[in-house]
This record gives sequence, structure tokens and C-alpha cells, in this order.
Amino acid sequence: MVVVTLLVLTACSTREGCGGGSGACALNPEPVTVFAAASLQPAFDAFAQRYRGVFNVTFNYAGTQTLTAQLQQGAQADVFASADTAHMTTVQSAGLIAGTPNVLAHNKLEIAVERGNPKNIHTLADLARPGLVVVLADPSVPAGKYAKQALAKAGVSVNPASLETQVTGVLSKVALGEADAGIVYVSDIVTSGKVEGVAIPDAQNVIADYMIALLQSGAHVQNGDHFMQYVLASDGQKILKDAGFEPA
Amino acid sequence: MSRASIPAPLMALAGLGLLLFLLPLAGLVVRAPWSQVGPALVAPATVTALLLSLFCSVTATAAALLLGIPLALVLARTTGTLRAVLRALTTLPMVLPPVVGGVALFLAFGRRGLVGSLLYQAFGVQIPFTTAAAILAETFVAMPFLVIAVEGGLRALDHRYEEAARALGARGWMVFARVTLPLLRPAIFSGAVLCWARALGEFGATITFAGNFPGRTQTVPLAVYIAFETRPEGAIALSLILLVVSLAILAGMRDRWLGAL
Repeated sequence: MVVVTLLVLTACSTREGCGGGSGACALNPEPVTVFAAASLQPAFDAFAQRYRGVFNVTFNYAGTQTLTAQLQQGAQADVFASADTAHMTTVQSAGLIAGTPNVLAHNKLEIAVERGNPKNIHTLADLARPGLVVVLADPSVPAGKYAKQALAKAGVSVNPASLETQVTGVLSKVALGEADAGIVYVSDIVTSGKVEGVAIPDAQNVIADYMIALLQSGAHVQNGDHFMQYVLASDGQKILKDAGFEPA
Repeated sequence: MSRASIPAPLMALAGLGLLLFLLPLAGLVVRAPWSQVGPALVAPATVTALLLSLFCSVTATAAALLLGIPLALVLARTTGTLRAVLRALTTLPMVLPPVVGGVALFLAFGRRGLVGSLLYQAFGVQIPFTTAAAILAETFVAMPFLVIAVEGGLRALDHRYEEAARALGARGWMVFARVTLPLLRPAIFSGAVLCWARALGEFGATITFAGNFPGRTQTVPLAVYIAFETRPEGAIALSLILLVVSLAILAGMRDRWLGAL
């Protein structure tokens, strides 16, 4: 932990040193490739921006199930961050993980509605109202699986207009005004700024466990390890918290 | 040029080019879990996607015939800048990334779109996420293939037949129905088949504008995409179907029909 804190301190000073844009940077940013769940994009982009003097990150954001399929087909990356434990386990069982996965953060579900909530949606049960255009993530996507669980807990049966291949697709349909409501993560609503969130009570909600692990296939395993240490350190966790996640 | 006169390096490059087409197909056939192809084919999810694909692509082709043949007529009869503009507009969907087409369709026919908002306010009609949206997306992407084929046919047409018909007293509509249309049959046929094949394979505009829901908008290409991430053997089985259909189309059309392009 002490080492990590020191690293972070170094990172902060490095960032300031690189701020001038004169190119007189103390450290060369370490290249690292990160496969991350689509819902992590705002947090990880903010992280990469803050530590741009330390890491030169190439992100591949997609639904966790898409990333899992890509990794199984031999895609090369240094770090994998998933929106659930199930897909992390799949990748681990395939022998693609180096070391053990860590809990990265937690997330909860919320109902995304248009700003001002014109359709008066206040509970999951409201989503079953006829004539309402509700969009969910496909059950093969972690967000879709969680949404299905939450709806089951609430005893609600919804007839969705579309099953999106990543949670950001749900968010964008609501933000565009093409869907009346969708079930997304709290973090999506915190960072979107274009939709309003309707809280789901804890009794019906589902806690999403985000996992992060180092991959065997990576070209920069050590950089990947650094990246992981940084996001798990208190400052990295604060960035995630600011983006609406609950720290690990 | 006889075959023997093609320089060896060109032959080698041609061979590489051929391999690029051949290897993915070989992969599909070799890696296909043949024992599971049968069950995957009759699985309700597959049948639903196949029937929906068939319905959407045939309807889109019908719409393309209805709108595309007149459009080709206009294209073939206009000249100058107007023709250049019309032609660019008509062929744009052929080069536009389909996802961009999907986004554009939202902005036109979505609830907040240029036309869609009027439909929604006046009649409460919403197009996105419906089977109609899937058909609209397929028509948008596939109709240019028909228009181009028919326009090509019109240009190659011997217009003396139409002139003769007119000289014999036939009016515009009659000339079109009795003379022009029958003469255009090969071009219309090949254009319609290509249009249908393109509609059948449509993915980007459909998943963007129509969303993904089994039985409503989840056509075979969408089902392949979803299945690849959850049950790859199902995706391979579905891909084989599309491969067989595509091969059948090409075999059925042969050079004679494609030559009309």
C-alpha cells in the first residue's frame, strides 16, 4: 500500500511536470492496453486523463461479453476489467489470467428516464405500463443480467423494445428520447448528464461486482500491473467514486 | 491475354487474394460443429430469426422495386448536374457505413426525428424498435443495388421499341408497362436478387435503428452477432445458413444476370 501511495505521489508530480506541453516530461508514459466494460468508460477515461504522464492507455470498451469473446478468440491485452464475476471466471477458466482477479468497484442499478421524468416513472413496476418504450441490455450482457434479476425481485414483467448489446446503448436510447426508460448503472446516470435517474430500492436492486485482472497475453505485463495498482489505489478509487461507482 | 502470359508475381498476388476470400469460408466449414448444426437449425430462436429475416428482406425488396424502378427511370432520363446529384444521393447508402445510416435514420424517423416527430405527435406512431424499422433500414441500405442495376439496364435498352410503341399510339403509362418493363426484366431480376441479398445480410443500420429483439427486429445477422458471444456453435450454424443462401444466389444468377451490372 505504501508503495502504491508513493507511486501515486510520483504520478501527481509527473502530471504537473508534463502539464506545460513543452515535451520536457520526466517519464515516458507506459503503454498499456486495457479491455474494459463499456460502463467503465467515463471513469477510466478520467483516470487516463489524470495519469496521462504515467500511462499511455489504449482502451477497448465494449460489453463485457463481447470482450470475453474477443479474449477467448486470442485478442491481446494487458488488463481486463469486467462488469461481473461470471465473465471474469470464464476468462480465468480459459487460462488467460495472470495471477488472481481483484474486485475493482461496485455499482448498482437505476432507472434512466428523460430529464424531468415526463412519464412519471417512479418504480420498476411502472416499467410494465403499456405503451411505454423500455429498453434493456441483453441478458448476455452483465447489465442485462442484473436488470433481469432486479425485475424478478420486484416481480415485474417488462416487454422491452430492444435488448442492447451494451449498457451504453440503453443509455443513449433514453438520452436520444427514443426510449422512455431503461435500466442502467448508477454510474451511467452520474456521468451521462443527459438523463435523470430513478432510484431502485435496495431490496430490489442488484450489486454489480466489477473485477479487474492482469492478462497473460499482454505485451506490457508490468505496465498492466502498474495500471491495476493505480486504479486500486485510493486515488484511483476516488476517480471511480466520482464517476458513481462504490469503491471496492 | 492468355493464362500463360500472366507474370508469376501477379499470379501469386491473385492467389493470395483468392485465399483471403477462401480461408474464412474454409474456417466456417471446417470448424462448424456439424453434429450441432441440425439441432441449432430447428431451435426456436433460429427459426424465429430466419422467418423474420425472410419477411423483412422480402418486404424491403418489394419496397425497393416499388420505389427503385421509378427512381432508376428518372435517373436514366435526367442529365447534367441534376443527374450527378441524384446519382450520388441514390448510391450513398452503398458506401456509407451502415451504422451511420442507422444513426441518420434515427434523426429522420425517430420519435425526435424530422419526420418521425410529426408522425409521433399526430398519430402516436413510433418507428424505431419495430419490424417496420428493420424493413426501413434494410430498404435504405439495399435499394441502391436495385436502382443501379435497373438504371444500367435502361441505358443499355434499345429505345426504338419504345419509340415504335409511341408511334403506334401508345401513351406513356402503356409504353412503360407493355414495352419498357418487359425489356428491363433481366436487369430488374438481377437488381432485385442483389438487393434482397444485401437486405438479408444487413446488420449495422438495423441494430442501430431497429434495436435487437427476438421475433421483432433480431434478424439472422443480429442473432449471429449475439450468439457469437454466448454460444459460438449456434453462431457458426447460423453463419453457415447465410453462406449457403449467398452461394445459392450467386450460383443461380451466374454471369448472365450479374452481367447486367
